[in-house]
Amino acid sequence: MAYVAVKGGERAIDNAHAWLAATRRGDPAVTDLGIDQIREQLGRAVDRVMAEGSLYDPELAALAIKQAQGDLIEAAFLLRAYRTTLPRFAHSEPVDTAAMAIHRRISAVFKDLPGGQVLGPTYDYTHRLLDFGLESGDVPPPPAEAPVDGGPMQRVNDFLKHEGLIEADGPAHETPGDLTREPLSFPASRDVRLQALARGDEGFLLAMGYSTQRGYGGSHPFAGEIRMGTVKIEIEPAELGFAIDIGDVVLTECQMVNQFKGSRTTPPQFTRGYGLTFGHGERKAMAMALVDRAMRAEELGEDVTAPAQNVEFVVYHSDNIEGTGFVEHLQLPHYVDFQSELETIRRMRAEAGVSQ
Amino acid sequence: MAVLARASSNDIAACLETVSPLVEPVVLRGPEQGLVMVRGRIGGGGGAFNLGEMSVTRCTVRAGAQVGHATVIGRDAALALLAARVDAALQDPGQHEALQTAVIAPLAAHQAAAKAAEAAHAAATRVEFFTLQTMRT
Repeated sequence: MAYVAVKGGERAIDNAHAWLAATRRGDPAVTDLGIDQIREQLGRAVDRVMAEGSLYDPELAALAIKQAQGDLIEAAFLLRAYRTTLPRFAHSEPVDTAAMAIHRRISAVFKDLPGGQVLGPTYDYTHRLLDFGLESGDVPPPPAEAPVDGGPMQRVNDFLKHEGLIEADGPAHETPGDLTREPLSFPASRDVRLQALARGDEGFLLAMGYSTQRGYGGSHPFAGEIRMGTVKIEIEPAELGFAIDIGDVVLTECQMVNQFKGSRTTPPQFTRGYGLTFGHGERKAMAMALVDRAMRAEELGEDVTAPAQNVEFVVYHSDNIEGTGFVEHLQLPHYVDFQSELETIRRMRAEAGVSQ
Repeated sequence: MAVLARASSNDIAACLETVSPLVEPVVLRGPEQGLVMVRGRIGGGGGAFNLGEMSVTRCTVRAGAQVGHATVIGRDAALALLAARVDAALQDPGQHEALQTAVIAPLAAHQAAAKAAEAAHAAATRVEFFTLQTMRT
């Protein structure tokens, strides 16, 4: 039974929204929260909203977080709605993450990799004790500096590929599918799956990735490399006919390396799962890489037995905007639907001879 | 263009105060806001995929005989307009040298310094892990 629209109730709705605005503002004696404060001081929330809203714009993400009272899914929803109002001018050249200006780069498989292990601004190795200094607004000391030895940071998988121990990236040239323009169809190709994962809910991907580690489609992963930093964005405007550099974005990339015992066509080698996300989002990038690898089960000749390996299940349920729309619509009036269900149940009970 | 796109309109305007004023432009398009679909590569080096969109603002102006274009990340219309005007002026051989010296060079130096500072912060967090002898026998 479909949802049947209702009308009326405008005054109550207006009043509810006015109360919402007052609730959002909170105690007027407390200083109003600035968009710049959210952008600068709640950066991880901004990054997550940009990733799941699928729109890189820290200012707008900060505004959305304020408007949604910190409800990050609602904030991502606001960004998704906003992007539909804008024309798309161009697509970028594929970003070159090998040329990333590194803020963080670690490998859990090679200790002495060229370029070194760079921790960056990490929560790793903190004690997860509440820092009461933040309550009193302590000013942190300036970050330390050290000489830079320069040189590009080679990707970890490039070390192994010369021996054929790890699978290659595959062919480079193609026009990717776009799930914002074409309806999803299955089997979805890996480019479309990665687009879905990149805008997918971090919590959902975390749970799916975790499930593969616990044995539901086990793929024995190692964090081959995680890197976070800025990459330049290049576009080729039609009026110019050559690529121009329009600025930098912060991205996080994860190369997950997985055991693979080989198949009839492929010798034993390490396979890979890939994660890439807007902003500083290691948990998201790692989970994405685990799920990307899990969804390659069929391609690699593995049995598809676990939820994370089921492409249709993952891709259809990873989007929290669609999920929230369908779950939360249940709270809208369904009076007519329910009346008809009630009639049906009464009739069935009468037919079954159930007494009152 | 890469330098202008990364600058703020205030910084560009401040640099422009030291050179003769730019010709009043005829705005041909914009500044208008839109999106660029950012692409990545599967595995970092394989086939392209669509990562997500980003806000951009673009502007095209004519100043004298030159047409200047700018596309900048974000929604700063003033920056897109000013960058397009400077782009037009840079194509004028009579102004190119002066603008390169007064505007592009100092902004580029400022951006390079900021990037070097970030790289230095990253370098300070570089670690050498020691592998401990395995507990398994």
